[in-house]
Amino acid sequence: MTAIYELFNEMIRFTFMQRALAVGVLVSLCAALLGVNLVLKRYAMIGTGLSHVGFAAMAIAGVIDIAPLTMTMPVVVGTAFLLLRLNESNKINGDSAVALISTSGLAIGIIVLSLTTGITLHVCNIMFGSIFAMTQADMYVSIGLSIVVVGLFILFYKQLFAVTYDEDFARATGVKVEMYKSLLAVLTAVTMVLGMRMMGALLIASLTLFPALSAMRACKRFLSVVITAAIIGVVCFFIGMLISFGLDLPPGASVVSVNLVIFIIFSIAGLIRRGGVA
Amino acid sequence: MALITCKNAAFAYEAQTVVQGLNFDVQSGDYLCVVGENGSGKSTLMKGILGLINPKEGEISFGDGLQQQQIGYLPQQNSAQKNFPASVYEVVLSGRLNSRGLLPFYSRHDRQIVAENIEKLGIVSIKDKSFRELSGGQQQRALLARALCATKKALLLDEPAAGLDPLVTSELYAVIKSLSAESGITIIMISHDIRAATEYASHILHLQNKQLFFGRTDEYLQTDTGKLFSAGGQ
Repeated sequence: MTAIYELFNEMIRFTFMQRALAVGVLVSLCAALLGVNLVLKRYAMIGTGLSHVGFAAMAIAGVIDIAPLTMTMPVVVGTAFLLLRLNESNKINGDSAVALISTSGLAIGIIVLSLTTGITLHVCNIMFGSIFAMTQADMYVSIGLSIVVVGLFILFYKQLFAVTYDEDFARATGVKVEMYKSLLAVLTAVTMVLGMRMMGALLIASLTLFPALSAMRACKRFLSVVITAAIIGVVCFFIGMLISFGLDLPPGASVVSVNLVIFIIFSIAGLIRRGGVA
Repeated sequence: MALITCKNAAFAYEAQTVVQGLNFDVQSGDYLCVVGENGSGKSTLMKGILGLINPKEGEISFGDGLQQQQIGYLPQQNSAQKNFPASVYEVVLSGRLNSRGLLPFYSRHDRQIVAENIEKLGIVSIKDKSFRELSGGQQQRALLARALCATKKALLLDEPAAGLDPLVTSELYAVIKSLSAESGITIIMISHDIRAATEYASHILHLQNKQLFFGRTDEYLQTDTGKLFSAGGQ
């Protein structure tokens, strides 16, 4: 225990670590909260699609030399709307649309990078994340936006529940279903962009999935699923960062691996409990 | 003034007219059953009443202080809900959304109405259970309680007995009947089950892409279609 404490003390002595932790905790929280709705609404893949488009946008931002956030935010939020429209139009299947967009994003990003910098460590950092990615300005923007995401989630919690649980009923009682679906997509887009550089464009989407899926193994009520997912998201991020720092591993991969372990533990616990009841 | 009035209404999907020539009205306290075969326009009419689609011709209007958004709706269940982690209480509470508007959270008044409706439908003992652990009949009761939370006046039920066994079905019909008789709630029920329809409903609307019959149940049973269908339903 003291060893972990010392490791933690050593970790937060670095400014880049303080920034990474502050932003990471908030982004993990946002991702875990939104993830419950995304998973239950069968929008689980939307995060993947958005982050891969973010990858392309970030590659292009590097080439034309503008701040990554300035470039990726509008592009990814725009893509979120596009994905929803494609979903509703019924011309392309929802999951096909996401697959289409996410692979296109990757392809465009890779081409842009190959033509300019080549596949270097920089590219590796974009794809798999780096803790050094945050400037101080980035940190303030990220913290501010994360708080907005969490605030909107709490404010519209009951609408998001209604729309996720039963769209037809919600619509019949006058809820503007399309608006709340767009809200969910936009909040997800913002969260993906904020977390992308630290966790990596290929890995960030899993922060929406794992905590929700783990929590659903253990909880029966929606509110407890949401709260449990939030706790799992934040705790896994923290443990992942400690491991990443201690063993000098990439942060995104460490956090995702911790999430995987937690998911397996919750699944087994769920199976045992259900077996015990029956 | 009627609660719901349908004047010469027709509904269409894209260019295809599904049902037309609708002329009927629903008075406060009526128990109307909408019957007809698959594809006869029952569900389309229901969407029209809920305001999910607009009439292509004619109009639907609401009176007696009923607003379109204050119709308690019991939809047919979709497969996603069967595994949804939510307690019965949370599901019923979501019925209060239309009275809350954009205000965050739910008020004490909302929770009180939820408690009353949970009591009314006899699901107090299972209110903390997860929705996915309930039997089909219990799930319908929970969804009925949610629908009641969304309305003071009218319920619209879409095939409420679909997939239930006969005993549970008759229990559910009894609950609906008591809501109509004791609480004075107007019921509009879409049903395949013509025998139950003629047994419980005060009025029948028979559709076959147009209005075959609208009127009181005893009148319906005297018509040729009524005789034919109620005999066929037995």
